[in-house]
Amino acid sequence: MKPKVAFFDFAGCEGDQLQIANLEEDVLALLDQVEVVSFREVMKEHSDNYDIAFVEGSCTRLQDEDRLRQIRKNAKIVVAIGSCAAIGGINSLKNYKELDDVKKTVYGDSARLFDTYAARPIDAVIPVDAYVYGCPMTKEEFLSVVKSLLLGKRPDIPTYPVCVECKKNENVCAFERGQFCVGPVTRAGCDSCCVNEGTICWGCRGLIDNPNENSEKEVLIKYGLTVDDAISKFNLYYGWQERRK
Amino acid sequence: MKNQNLNLEVHHITRVEGHGNIYVNVHEGTIEKCEWAIPEAPRFFEAMVVGRQYSELHHITSRICGICSIGHTLASLKATEAAMGVQISEQDLKLRKLALHGENLQSHILHLGFLVLPDLLGVGSVIPLTASNPKEVKTVLRLHRLANEMSNLLCGRTTHPQRLVPGGFSKIPSIKELTSVRQKLKEAVPDVQAVAGLIKSLAGKLPDFKRETEFIALTSPDEYALYDGKLGSTDTGAVPVNEYLSYTNEYIVPNSTAKRAKHARESYMVGALARLNLNYDKLSPMAKQTAEMFDLKPICYNPFMNSIAQLVEIVHSVEDTVRLIDELEASGLKSQPEYNVPKIKVKAGRGVGAVEVPRGVLFHDYTYNANGYCTKANCIIPTNQNHANIELDLQALLPKILNKPEKEIELNLEMLVRAYDPCISCSTHAIKVHFV
Repeated sequence: MKPKVAFFDFAGCEGDQLQIANLEEDVLALLDQVEVVSFREVMKEHSDNYDIAFVEGSCTRLQDEDRLRQIRKNAKIVVAIGSCAAIGGINSLKNYKELDDVKKTVYGDSARLFDTYAARPIDAVIPVDAYVYGCPMTKEEFLSVVKSLLLGKRPDIPTYPVCVECKKNENVCAFERGQFCVGPVTRAGCDSCCVNEGTICWGCRGLIDNPNENSEKEVLIKYGLTVDDAISKFNLYYGWQERRK
Repeated sequence: MKNQNLNLEVHHITRVEGHGNIYVNVHEGTIEKCEWAIPEAPRFFEAMVVGRQYSELHHITSRICGICSIGHTLASLKATEAAMGVQISEQDLKLRKLALHGENLQSHILHLGFLVLPDLLGVGSVIPLTASNPKEVKTVLRLHRLANEMSNLLCGRTTHPQRLVPGGFSKIPSIKELTSVRQKLKEAVPDVQAVAGLIKSLAGKLPDFKRETEFIALTSPDEYALYDGKLGSTDTGAVPVNEYLSYTNEYIVPNSTAKRAKHARESYMVGALARLNLNYDKLSPMAKQTAEMFDLKPICYNPFMNSIAQLVEIVHSVEDTVRLIDELEASGLKSQPEYNVPKIKVKAGRGVGAVEVPRGVLFHDYTYNANGYCTKANCIIPTNQNHANIELDLQALLPKILNKPEKEIELNLEMLVRAYDPCISCSTHAIKVHFV
């Protein structure tokens, strides 16, 4: 019998689930291997009987925790897909501000109608078995994680920084061309895709397991950033990971 | 025999981006409640970007929506560039228009092929169609892949673009890559026609319903406005996009859903149908022929025809992409340095950027201080502008279908919401719903 899989989303842009559609013809091959029993974005049917749950988005309010716990209860394996679910992602930017101010900035006098707390990855609420990092996750890594899970293997996720891949791709280092980058402390696995396209590493895959953050901040400052700007580079995606320490 | 009593709660309506609920309550033949509600978790982007530098705003606000991340990036860049007084080159303008076409193609094909087609064929999703209609599904997948290939080429990625930066591009495609995409698009015309033919054969399933309303979209004397234009209305004239607040007039409904918008009437509609209603004359020749196939002409007041307007725009985007690449080839593509960082003279100021994205007109509005840090931001997303119109349409449609079986009522209401192709995860202003 094919394993039953389900997709769920919390606070996020649904860009990770879009990568499933972006598998194009490979979707058909995937459907040969698994049975999709719930995927609100694309299907009307829904079932609570599933083996693997893929969860996108961060948890940003107390009322969503029960839904997450229910998913954990129903599923044998829970996979966090994309930065928001895996590390808290861009949503954690708001964690650096007073939540009351955040609410007032967007909703003015109606701010009291809202319920929000510090944005967090789903493993801050429930145990998670596997991660597909990235903003958005790449379809290649998603397929590779799915394959590992179906074979009962632990997914092979790099523990080294983006710089390793970036050097292999023979990119000119961002620092050498007068830009600033958090590649030295960010988890690889993206094939340094943003630098390849002429920009910098923004840090979307989160910190590596043993990052030397102080040294990275010193480098940023040495190359000309103010202390505030150096810290702000870390705030973009690592908001929850930094807080947890 | 009309349904005397009906209690319908469609929670988390499927096959739309984000979370929306429909609530219907009919008591002894009288409609007591017919509401469209948004329980999506708000994300507070406008607060998140305050204090961030101008070079990061497009990267952050792209994350408002995965489906229209290219459109958000472009609206964001336009706002930043307007605030800093930056003019992009003619070549970069064309390349950005191509990026927008790529995204519109991708999104429209996804909506028509994966989200609308199952309703027309009477199934719950595209998954059973992979077995029952493999040929059609493969045609849709081929077109979707090609659209993504285009986005990838212009933006360096299909979702959350990288190459689009303030002042231009960090990297541009080669003319060889562009002409290769042009060739593939030309070869894809039979696929587009096949999809049009398929939808045409099923168009009878689209409810014949209309409700007069106002349509708002960018409009331009020069082209079918997507990247640039004035803000136009079918009720009033056009104004510069800087005056968008006089059109959007956001308001909050007590005990209801999201921030909503209204202009000349109780509600207005944005999206493909609004664009077509305002700019029909500027459609490409083959796109006009496609509209004629469906007898779609301005002003069309049937919101279900928004899906058909999307089909017409698919054809337009294919033809206009070919035209733009022809022009780039004729003028010769100028190269630029690797890892290009366009020079920007930072200054204090405010800028508004408006772009037509798949679901309608999108506004980003930023204020920067003298050091280029954002002090205030406002983003108004198409779906939020449509919420009031969706609810009024639901309320107008319901009495006309009350004599149908409950399942069919539910399907018709869901189809109506889906026709708008709502992108609720985009809704930066979503409000929590309180039902008493």
